This record gives sequence, structure tokens and C-alpha cells, in this order.
Amino acid sequence: MSAHTSSAEKDAGKPIAFVSAQALRERMHDAVNDPHLRSSFRGAMDFLMAKRAAQFPDESELASLRTLSEGIRQYSLARLPDLLEQLETNLTRNGVQVHWAETPDEANAIMLGIARRHEAKLIVKGKSMVSEEIEFNHAMEAAGVGALESDMGEYIVQLAGEKPSHIIMPAIHKTKEQIARLFADKVPGVDYTDNVDALIRIGRDVLREKFEEAEIGLSGVNFAVAETGTLCLVENEGNGRMCTTVPKVHVAITGIEKIVEKLEHVAPLFSILTRSATGQAVSTYFNMISGPRKAYEKDGPEEVHLILLDNGRSQAYADEQLRKTLQCIRCGACMNHCPVYTRVGGHAYGTTYPGPIGKIISPHMMGLEQTHLLPTVSSLCGACGEVCPVKIPIPELLIRLREEANTAPHANPAMVGQGAGYSPLMTFVWKSWARIYARPGIYRTFSWLATRLRVLTPSSQSGWTAARTPLKPAPRRLRDMVKDRR
Amino acid sequence: MSARDRILAKLRATQPQAPVSAPVLDAHYSPRARDESSAERLARFRTGIEGFHAEVHLTSNADWPELLAHLCADKGIGTLLFGADTPAGRRLDPAVFTGTTLRPWIGQVEEIKADLFHRVDAGFTQARGAIAETGTLIVWPSEAEPRTLSLVPPIHFALLDARSIHPTFFDALRTENWAAGLPTNALLISGPSKTADIQQTLAYGAHGPKELIVLVINAEGAQQ
Amino acid sequence: MSKPLNSTGAEDTARSYPPRPEAVYFYGTCLVDMFVPEAGMDAITLLEREGIRVIFPDNQTCCGQPAFTSGFPDEARQVVESQLDLFPGDYPIVVPSGSCGGMIRWHWEKVCANDPALKARAAAIGARTYEFAEFLLHVVGFNRKDEGEPTTVTLHTSCSARREMGTHLVGRELLARLGNVTLAHHDHESECCGFGGSFSLKHPDISTAMVSDKVASLKATGAREVVTADCGCLLNITKRAAKEDLEARRVKASLPGDHLATFLLRRTGGQTAGSN
Repeated sequence: MSAHTSSAEKDAGKPIAFVSAQALRERMHDAVNDPHLRSSFRGAMDFLMAKRAAQFPDESELASLRTLSEGIRQYSLARLPDLLEQLETNLTRNGVQVHWAETPDEANAIMLGIARRHEAKLIVKGKSMVSEEIEFNHAMEAAGVGALESDMGEYIVQLAGEKPSHIIMPAIHKTKEQIARLFADKVPGVDYTDNVDALIRIGRDVLREKFEEAEIGLSGVNFAVAETGTLCLVENEGNGRMCTTVPKVHVAITGIEKIVEKLEHVAPLFSILTRSATGQAVSTYFNMISGPRKAYEKDGPEEVHLILLDNGRSQAYADEQLRKTLQCIRCGACMNHCPVYTRVGGHAYGTTYPGPIGKIISPHMMGLEQTHLLPTVSSLCGACGEVCPVKIPIPELLIRLREEANTAPHANPAMVGQGAGYSPLMTFVWKSWARIYARPGIYRTFSWLATRLRVLTPSSQSGWTAARTPLKPAPRRLRDMVKDRR
Repeated sequence: MSARDRILAKLRATQPQAPVSAPVLDAHYSPRARDESSAERLARFRTGIEGFHAEVHLTSNADWPELLAHLCADKGIGTLLFGADTPAGRRLDPAVFTGTTLRPWIGQVEEIKADLFHRVDAGFTQARGAIAETGTLIVWPSEAEPRTLSLVPPIHFALLDARSIHPTFFDALRTENWAAGLPTNALLISGPSKTADIQQTLAYGAHGPKELIVLVINAEGAQQ
Repeated sequence: MSKPLNSTGAEDTARSYPPRPEAVYFYGTCLVDMFVPEAGMDAITLLEREGIRVIFPDNQTCCGQPAFTSGFPDEARQVVESQLDLFPGDYPIVVPSGSCGGMIRWHWEKVCANDPALKARAAAIGARTYEFAEFLLHVVGFNRKDEGEPTTVTLHTSCSARREMGTHLVGRELLARLGNVTLAHHDHESECCGFGGSFSLKHPDISTAMVSDKVASLKATGAREVVTADCGCLLNITKRAAKEDLEARRVKASLPGDHLATFLLRRTGGQTAGSN
């Protein structure tokens, strides 16, 4: 990053802790005023948007595929508890051990239990946003178990002591020169080079040793298929295959919502995922895992585990509207197309999942106390909803979360932290607004007064005049002009 | 109550009552099915996978072992690892491979791990089939051709029968009824491993093979 | 019926438009009423010039959108309820703003969802609500001779027009009917100008970054002015450009702007309200 160190960067590598509304404002302020960050994200997002657009030349095909994908996700969610049980039954039959965790702590404890049983010193990790969500690396390191990221972007971010700034392209905020400097400083025996092929070769060589050495491989899951007991992983680098094939133990971790009933349901979802995410017709690898090494097989892990994590998902599930949040297949298209994300980058949000999806999912994971400002950081332009491959109505959900945050605190809240954004002043302002605008006679008087008193319009209008000339009522209202005409 | 029971109880308590109808995949795929010849299908596959930086050679059932030997010689492959106990593996004759040692996979991976990671230059596997739409190989590792054979060596040679190319992924898993029995590991492979994690610059040979070379047999009818 | 902001144009079967009516209701919106009344007046003039009687319900205040999007649905509903009696006849309702039009068309029934009778009324009103430019093109069939000097303009389409009303191509088509007007496209055309109602007040840093980029893109076209069919965007963009002019001590506006109605009226020989 530039010489200027933003507040978001300083603690980017630390566990996600309470980010107050004020701190969030500061992070956003710092980020949006960092010209280097602005131009690098702008360029990267333009690139990703163009690549996605090129994948969908046929609008009717896109429309049909979105409708189908939405339908599959909604069908899966409607049957979620049944499918989870079916998945568990079939995975168990296939020899996979299934674990359930309500909280990040429980998930980490399960992982540590497995690590201890195998006396593991090193866990090599494929890309997993759920592992970020549970602060996996910190939990393992605190217990003396090494956790090494092997996705190139994640490896870079871990080496820098940071967090991913994008769910698909974790190191998108870094230039190759910064990565070259990082490698030269942190990787023993490496000289400075900003040749991308050379940098990738360095990462490859370092990590190949680790794949050989690690006792456990960790991965995420893109789709879990209930009818066959299969875990599907999407990737380009081959590190996902390494993590799930070479170490003696493979542990997969996923949110409870990433499930489909039938194997054929993954075909359209896989297609729309890669095309929406990185604008690829298909990823290099689609890896379907249905169990550990069988007695007659020559390689593959001897044990496979699946950890199913709730962490607030069941709260979203409980409400018909909020449940749509769980349709997400984590493509990141919403952030690529978001004018806010483009300007502040992923670190400013202070959440595991940044961008539009982060604004609607984080409140369930972290509670509204910490996140109530997030849903307001949107102009509701709708670009996210327009590109969402499973048609999550993100703007609608943002409005809903604003409502939940504004609600006066009461018993039986639908969400943890409901009412956390409650402000007696704003409530008064909006009630007063309604008193005027719901009474046409009063509104007429009010608007007439505003035009009469326009010379008194303040020249400073809080946020508005920071960048704009003041808004001033017109000398005559439209209704006055209409009356004159008649 | 266990975490499992608590999660399931929460979900059951709030599960939507109204049934949601099952998605109809054919409604999307059927109208888009192509009426194409096998040659056109092969051409689509080829264009697709070459776009992903794979090398494709059209050959015949009689000639492919010799072609493989030539390619190994051209690329300076010292050791080629392969599964001996397959129809294709049985066709590989050391006499044809000058300069390349043919090494059949023997034993568990633990026994050959060091060689696999450091001394093998290429792996050879059969492909179960392919997907024309995206330019994708379908590879089902097996007892004879383990998972790491197509993953760890820097070069992956794959043998594909042109008659096993499906129009789409959906067609492949539907017509072959994969749901009735998947292997421990099933793979779709579209080119050599790659990454664009450094400044969106594409680089091949991330963690898996740096090169993917596909030999297509029974492609006679499709040859230009 | 519900169509939130998550569609693409292709997914909606094209809206079917009624034949040209004898009269329309004109819903001016609070922003136009108080801040840009000329735009509303010019839209009315354009409709009347085409022989359509324009009814201006005097009890109109606001569509309720500010409270709705700020997360105050009860307050929004109170205002919406006060507006439901405004359109007793079966005439189309024309709104010179994509976002207020979208509010009425899609969200009035949502804020009234708890009362089936209200909801039904709101839905019926929504179904006959049209954004002004869409109405002018598709129902009126606007096609007047361009009497102005050759000029180049650039067009900003509001996010609501683009994504809620599906009318993002309407402005282009209307401008294309003016023989002497060249339309210059700007980069990131589909991107939001950063207004977003209370967003611009609540998050001024980010809103400023967005509107500054938008103004830069619009200016980079070299167009004489920017035209848009949404007054929120119009005020946001032109007042940002004015601030830049002020800071650079420029006397002449570097990016003047007009509502599409004003621009169309001026080009086709009409008397605009602002020129009085």
C-alpha cells in the first residue's frame, strides 16, 4: 500500500474484533481518501466486470440460468434440515466423519481435537472463507498448530499479516511490486523480482514442500451434495486438490447452507459461479470428493471430516425474507460491481465478508451491535442485485436490516442486536417528517414557508455541502406554477 | 442436546411450510441442446481447452502410444509415471520411449511420495470423457490411476476417446447417471493449473501441472 | 407482484403500454415541487402540447421513499396512505423521476403489505404508474422536430430508471429523435452517481468520491451539458460540478445540467419554465 497506512490496514491481520460505528466511519474515510487504493480497486473491478460481461453474451441464457440457480438454492433451503440429515447419512456411509458446530469456537475446538489426535504440527489450507469467519489461523496458532494458506492470494495475505480484501481474489489490493518486496523480505533465500511467473514459482516451491509435510489439509466446500454425500470444490491453482489429496487427513469446513439435494443441481450452479466470479467459462478444477481413501486405493487422505457451521445462519433462516441471504454461492460479483466496494476496498468493512453480501450476512454472524451501520453504507443503486447469480434481492435486504437496526429495542427480537442503531433523535426526525408529509395541508404550508424563507437556507448542509453547493428551495413550487398556468 | 440437534431443531422450527417445487433443469438445458456432429463437438472441446492453455493432439487408436513417446522425447521427459493396469497403460511399450523412463505406479503413495514430488517429470492418465461446452476433461482417478498422478507431476498427459465427449457437464452426469455411484474422487480438469492472484496477471503452473497435453483418439472422422 | 432491484432487462417481459389516454395524473415528487419545479412544469407542458390533459392532484406530497429506504417503514406507510386517494380516475400516473416512480410502482404495496385492502389499492396504482420519459416515448410516441443548433450532450440514467423501471434505454431513444443532438457516452455509464438519498448525507466521503468520479466521466466526454430524467441525480451532479467550479474560481458552469423534459421542450420549440 502507499506510505500512508490506513486504520483498516493496521489491524487487517488481527482477529475481527468489535468495530464501532465510529471506527467503521474512520476506516471508510481513510480508504476512500487513499488514491492508490482507489485506482487499484477501480482497475481490478473494471477488469472483473468486463470479464463477467463477456461470459454472458446471451441475455436470455443468463436470465434462464439465474432463474434456475435461484430456484435450486431456494428449493435446497426450503428442505435444509432434511438435506443436512441426508447429507450426514450419505457422507457417513461413504466413510466421512461429520461434525456440527454452532459457533466459531466450537468449530475450532473440533478442528483442534482432530489435530491433537493426529499430533499434527502443520495444517495446510485451501481457500476457505468459513475458516476466515472462525478466525481459524489464530485459533490454531494459539494452540501451537501451524496453519498455512496455500492459495497464492491467501498465502500472500498471510505472509503480509493481513486479511483477504476480496472473497475470490484475496490479494487484489496488492501490486506485484509490493508482493515482490514481501517475498524478498519474508521468504528465505529469495531475491527481489517483480516478474509474476517468477513470483508464482517461488510460491509454488515453498508450498509444495508444505503439501508433502502437512499432516492435515483443510478446505472449504462450494457445494455439498446430499443424495451422494459429495463435497465439491471449485479452484484454479491445484492447491485445493493438494490439500484434499496429499495429507493423511482432510478436514472440510462449510456453512450449513451450502447444500443441494441432487448431484445434477451442481451443474448450473458451477457454471454460473465461475462465470459470475472471475468471468471464467469454467475453473481449472472441479473436485468432487465422496470419501476417504478406500482399502484398495493408492492415495488420498485416510480420514475425511466435514464440519458444518451455523454461526448465525439459522437466525437468517428463520425469517422468510432474510433467508434469501443464504442463497449466496460466494461468487463475489456483488462486490465487483459495487460502487462503494470499488472505492473503499475490502478491508474497510472490518468484516470477514466485505461488499454487499458482507453487509447482509455479517449482521447474522456478528450481531447488529457491531454491524448496524454497514447496511447504510449503500446508495441502493441495485448493481449488486442485478448481477447476483442467484437473484438475492440485496437492496431489499439492506433496507430490511436498516429497519431492524432502527427498531426500538423490545423482547423477542428477530435478530441479535435488533435496535442497535436505534436513535431517539432520528426516530423523532422521521416521525416529524411523516407528520408533515402525511398531511397534505401541513405539507403545503411547510413547503410554502420553505420557498418564502429560501434566503435563510444555510450555506452549510452537513454532508451535502462537503462536496456540493447548497440545496436551496425554488422561489415558487411546482404547485404554484401549475396554479398560475390554469 | 448436541450442537447437531440444536441446529436441526432451530431449522425445523422455522422451516417454510409451503412446499417449494423442485427445480426443472431440463427447462433450461433442453431448448439449448445443440444438434451437432461428433466432429463439431470435438472441435468445440478443442477450442475450449486450448483456450485454457492445454495442448491437443488428434491421433488414432493405433498411433497414440508412438505419439506419446515422441511428445515425451520432444519435451525431454526423463520419467513418465503411469498406471500399468489399464487398457491404455498396457499399450505403453518401453521400447518405443527412447530417452524416457516409463515408470508404472506401484504401491501406496507414501512409498513413492518423494519420487512423485521430486523426480517424476510427467504423469499419464486416461480421461473418462470430456465436455465440449467448456473444454473440460472428465477424470475419475482409480486404483490403477491414483489422484496425484494427474496433480503432482509438472506435466499431465491425458488420453481421451473422442466418442466420450459430452455436450455439457449436465449431459455427462445425467446420461452416465453419476449420482448412482461416484468414485472417491471425480474431477473436471480444464487446462493446466493457473492463478491470477498477483495483479490479475495470469500465470500457469500454480500448484498443479504446468502443462496439460491431451491425446484424442478415435478422432479420425473429425480430422480436417 | 413484486420486482425488487435484482432483475436485468432481459428477465422482464417488456412492459405493455396503454394507448394514448385523454388525461394523466402528474405526480411531481417533493424534490421537483420544492427544488426543481421547472422540470416538472416542462414535463407537464410537453404532455399538454401533445394534447393530453394533465391532472395535478393538489394533495400530493411525497412518495415516502426517503423514510422507506432509511428503514422507517411505518413513517413511509403513513405518507403512502395519505397519497392513495389521489388518483380516483383510471388514468395513468406519470412521475418525472425513476426513483419515485419505482417507489410507487413496486414498493407502495410492500409498505402496505399488512393491510390487504390497502395493499390491493397500492398495487393497482403501481400498475398504472410510469416514469415520465418512458411514458413520453412509449405511450405518447414523442417525435418532434429538433429546432436547436447542433450540440453534444451526455446522458446520465438513474439507477432506479435502469434497474427498477427498466427504462435505461428510453432516454437514449428520445435523444436520438432530435436530429441535431449528438449523444456522447461516458465511461462507467451504468454506475451510480452517489446520491442515494440519505446516503449522501450519512456517508459523505463515499458519496463524494462517487459523484466526483461521475462528474469527471461526464466532463471527459466534452459534452456541453448533462441530461438526466431524475432530479436527485441532477441536483447531485450539477451541484458537485458547481462546487468544483467555485473552488477553481470558474465563472462559467463546466457541467450544466437539465432534466430531460426541459431539454426536450427547449429543443423542440417550446417555452421552458426556467426561461420565464
